[in-house]
Amino acid sequence: MSSNGQVISMSAIRKVYDTGKVKVEALKGIDLEVDTGQFVAIVGPSGSGKSTLMNLIGCLDTPTGGTYRLAGEDVAGLSRDQLADIRNRRVGFVFQNFNLLPQISAFENVEMPLLFGGVPPKKRKERVEELLARVGLADRMEHKPTELSGGQMQRVAIARALAMDPDILLADEPTGNLDTSSGSDVMSLFADLWQQGRTLIVITHDMSLARRAGRVVEVRDGRIIRDGEAAA
Amino acid sequence: MTRRDLGLAFQLFFRSARLQKKRATLTIASLAWGTVTILLLLAFGEGLKRQMASNEQAMGSNLAILWPGETSKPYKGLAEGRSIHVRLDDVDYIRERMPDLDAVWGELTSWRTALAYGRKTVNARVIGTSPNYGDRRKHFPKPGGRFLDPNDEADKRRVVFLGNELAKEIFGEEEPVGKTLLVNNSPFTVIGVMQRKRQSSTYGGPDAQHAIISETTFKAIFGKDRLNVLVIRVKKPEEMDDALVRLNQVLGPRLGFDPEDTRVFGVWNTVEGQKMGAKIMLGLEIFFGVIGALTLIIGGVGVANIMYAVVKERTREIGVKMAMGARRRWITGPFILEGMVYTLVGGLFGALISIVIVTLLGLIPSEGNDVLEFLGKPTLSWPIGAATVVILGTAGLLAGYFPARRAASIDPATTLRYE
Repeated sequence: MSSNGQVISMSAIRKVYDTGKVKVEALKGIDLEVDTGQFVAIVGPSGSGKSTLMNLIGCLDTPTGGTYRLAGEDVAGLSRDQLADIRNRRVGFVFQNFNLLPQISAFENVEMPLLFGGVPPKKRKERVEELLARVGLADRMEHKPTELSGGQMQRVAIARALAMDPDILLADEPTGNLDTSSGSDVMSLFADLWQQGRTLIVITHDMSLARRAGRVVEVRDGRIIRDGEAAA
Repeated sequence: MTRRDLGLAFQLFFRSARLQKKRATLTIASLAWGTVTILLLLAFGEGLKRQMASNEQAMGSNLAILWPGETSKPYKGLAEGRSIHVRLDDVDYIRERMPDLDAVWGELTSWRTALAYGRKTVNARVIGTSPNYGDRRKHFPKPGGRFLDPNDEADKRRVVFLGNELAKEIFGEEEPVGKTLLVNNSPFTVIGVMQRKRQSSTYGGPDAQHAIISETTFKAIFGKDRLNVLVIRVKKPEEMDDALVRLNQVLGPRLGFDPEDTRVFGVWNTVEGQKMGAKIMLGLEIFFGVIGALTLIIGGVGVANIMYAVVKERTREIGVKMAMGARRRWITGPFILEGMVYTLVGGLFGALISIVIVTLLGLIPSEGNDVLEFLGKPTLSWPIGAATVVILGTAGLLAGYFPARRAASIDPATTLRYE
């Protein structure tokens, strides 16, 4: 991992959705800084703008106003392909509904970002095997997502998110579709990753997950209303 | 596209497009059907064209047939409306003055002449002409026979060459060559019978039903040397117009008519007909081609339709890949590839089926079957193949391209939201 420094730096970020008739201001000026190695939980009721915030952090979308630097790189004005490259190298996504590709094996799913990143085949194989072993699924490599349990699918997704060794791991309600025990497995995995020095940003309703984070950011009506240590 | 883009497109294609078998089969079938349609239509067109060309050429090519008539202009004190007669010695005169012609000959006709063999008598057309008529009018002898030769002409031999249908009528199953029959009560030896040919145009009547004797013999027997028709043949079609003008200039002063008088002869310029025939065939081929292409395009639309459905179905997958850093080309590549694979496989199947059908049709004997003889044999040619490949390729590219563009325009942020 890189030395301690700012990985996310947002100032006065605004996002307006223009649906033609109505303009919806989803984010009304967000200032957010995240240091390398932090574990941040973003919480807030639905409609608060936290999904929009996640899309912007993950470079899936670009802000209407304000500046956003990801690992020192200004993402304003980048082309779609340039944004794709940034996502590939710097962001690992974990979704509530896993979003694994259903027709291909766990191995191939984890391999996908490496394929996009131009990693040579031999290295890809080593990396995928290492990652799946790390999430405890070394024996499930050739299984398709439909042959795995929810917890296993999410672990495959986490392995996939880690494939390109990204600067941030961005998780959107990662335990939302899991039963309590699989959910706590995933939470422990996140805690481990944090301990190993990963930067994690988790969007969640789940207060037990939020409590594990070192920092909780609460969003409401497009603004950050609280930012601080997790309540004990 | 760089090599890496292409390689990745292939890898992604094989990875995500574990094809839905039924869907792929149906799509490929529709393309194969389209390909078969266009190939067969074009093959039939080609066969018809060749058949028509050979039917037309059965009379000979690059010919002009001239019927002597009356003058329409006064000339050197002679009034208009005078009959012009061309005789055998005029033909020699033309031959001397117009050496660039491929050939010139006259034809003396005796209509409804009695041809008798044994107890059988048949009335038929007897034509007196010169030996160079034979090859140029496609009077090829069946094996064992020959056409008139210069000696027949010089010696005024009483030999006759028979049209195949006429020969059959007179001799039945007997071999006519070497037999003697009576032409207008004079004994003639049969020297040859014409090979069967399919003829679509004639003057005077079908070649299969007349008898040919030497013009010198004709003059001796029938006492007439006034030509019914004069025929010239040029070496190249484009020489015909000039040749006809020149012919008037040569014959006018000799026979006493104004060389500018274009109505002295009734002229059938077969070159014009050849041109017209070629135009009609081209039109027909374009028509067939368009119908075939439209059918094929329907197949292409089918592919595009399927691909759109696939894009829609895989919207989330596409969003996920984008989130993982797939560039646009890596999204569109596999779709274009899929469209092209369908098209290629469908096209190959279609081509195979067409080749089998054309080959089988080629095996049906057409001899004696008027419809098949008229249609000719469907024929596949390289231009047909090339045209089909171009149309098929275009259809395939377009069928992949538009759905792929739709795929690339997917917004990952929207796609990946919670349900």
